[in-house]
Amino acid sequence: MAEALRSAARAPGRPSGARRPAPRPAAGGALPLSAPALVLLLLFVILPTLAVFGLSLTDYQLGDDALVFVGLDNYRDLLGDAGFRGSLRNTMVYAALVTPASVLIGLGLALLIEAETRGRALFRTLFFLPVVSLIVAMATVWQYLLHPTIGPVDQLLRLVGLPGPNWLGSSDTVLASLALIGVWQSVGYNMVLFLAGLTAIPRDLYAAAAVDGAASGWQRFRLVTWPMLGPTTLFVVTISIINAVKVFETVQTLTEGGPNRASEVLLFTIYREGFVYLRVGAASAMTVVFLLLLVGLMLLQYRIQDRRTHYA
Amino acid sequence: MSAPALSAGRALRLAALSAAALVTVAPYLWMVSVASKPRDEIFSSSLRLLPHRWALLDNLREAFHRVPIGTLLINGAVVCGAILVIQVAVAIPCAYAMAKLRFGAARLMMGLVLLGLLVPIHATALPLYVAFRRLDLVNTYTGLVAPFSVSVFGIFLFLQFFRALPDDLLDAARLDGMSEAGIVARVVVPNSWPAVTAFAIFSVVAHWNDLFWPLIVVTDNRVATPPLGLFAFRAAESGSDYGALMAATLVITLPLVLAFLFAQRRFVEGITMTGLK
Repeated sequence: MAEALRSAARAPGRPSGARRPAPRPAAGGALPLSAPALVLLLLFVILPTLAVFGLSLTDYQLGDDALVFVGLDNYRDLLGDAGFRGSLRNTMVYAALVTPASVLIGLGLALLIEAETRGRALFRTLFFLPVVSLIVAMATVWQYLLHPTIGPVDQLLRLVGLPGPNWLGSSDTVLASLALIGVWQSVGYNMVLFLAGLTAIPRDLYAAAAVDGAASGWQRFRLVTWPMLGPTTLFVVTISIINAVKVFETVQTLTEGGPNRASEVLLFTIYREGFVYLRVGAASAMTVVFLLLLVGLMLLQYRIQDRRTHYA
Repeated sequence: MSAPALSAGRALRLAALSAAALVTVAPYLWMVSVASKPRDEIFSSSLRLLPHRWALLDNLREAFHRVPIGTLLINGAVVCGAILVIQVAVAIPCAYAMAKLRFGAARLMMGLVLLGLLVPIHATALPLYVAFRRLDLVNTYTGLVAPFSVSVFGIFLFLQFFRALPDDLLDAARLDGMSEAGIVARVVVPNSWPAVTAFAIFSVVAHWNDLFWPLIVVTDNRVATPPLGLFAFRAAESGSDYGALMAATLVITLPLVLAFLFAQRRFVEGITMTGLK
């Protein structure tokens, strides 16, 4: 997505190719074609986004007839709200657990599949399966797998003499357990992106590296694969962080933020504040923080990508 | 590199891939296993995959009895179908105008699209819900579909694809006297099936699996989508009847998984194409 963002920023709405004297369309034709999209964009994206900023400055509660402008009070409250800070911290911890694991395992699997000649399609299909599976359903299965008494994982651990942790039931392990499910679900997606990146590396670069004495697989990886995969890696890392920051389904389905609020994450907290406690003003302020986080991540990727292209 | 070293490396590689594949499919194996077991076996021997006594039919009957699975699947199909059709119908003409026509508002449009790419439904849900309550759109198909009627992502994908369409093709159609709308319908769309397929897969997977928005806008089981229905059943069940729960899980997961296995190459292509330029 971000990759696409860049190329579009370079050539906003300009037709590709050379201009030719053939009949150009009348300028009037474009507006009716794009009007529905324009209206819907304003209605469902732009106005609601502005409204979130507006509502975050009020004390609006769902069902109220009136609202009072309270300035930055909601934001001030957020700063002093230990619950919200905890939620932010949990989201960061979750992202810090999921991102490196799902990126590295995704890369590893892509390299293994790329090197292997047989069973490629089969492995690719199997690893990709979780991406298209209903996450609410698969979370339910994981809850059973990680069940402290009847779950097969702990039974297996006990069989080899290890104490089975109370995965989702203990505040010490709940984020790690959710991260495990998150990694399981996203590895296949990252793998497919890396496979696409690997296919795009020109073969003769490897031949050139061999001529220069890069004999071992590790040297080929370090000198050719890794630098050439740079843009792909950056994209996969960004999209992984963004998806981790958006974690909601597994938390809502399996833990509801518990135990002891140890798995309260940003979207869960926003959802509860706005749609359960109906405090729209406060939830809007949290949403603004969430939105700024996403924009910050995108800008960061953009900056890094920009710097890298100067070296390339 | 000698031949034996090569085969040792390969064996290692295959072993690593197989181990990873086993971990990946383990949840599916246990899903089917638990859905096939009677209650006492679920609680006694979870390491055995095959049940002593098969109870798949009992569990399925119980699941269909307790969860309106048929309704859920129909709702899922209606909602995802409506979203997809509207998104494509809105995005294609717009992307065509941006890619191929001289257009005063093109810059504004591109700005809006780029902005839209940054804003997920999670950020717009609060005001949308406030408005939808006023408009009585809660617990309706319209409420489920409307926020997704325009996909900035779709506009983006089609825009990229249309830029590569040859201008000669469009000029020829114009010389034949076709209107711009006619060109979109009869020249652009037939030449864009790869992009349409990729987008369709992306859109259906995203909305079939979405829990966040349905959870907000739907409280009535009659318009619930599959994730929401399963979520409600789970909450009511609180983990005592795993057999029926897994049977319901199995039936609800199956449609998309089967579609994926049937057209896995297209799925992977679609998701990659939508992920990366």
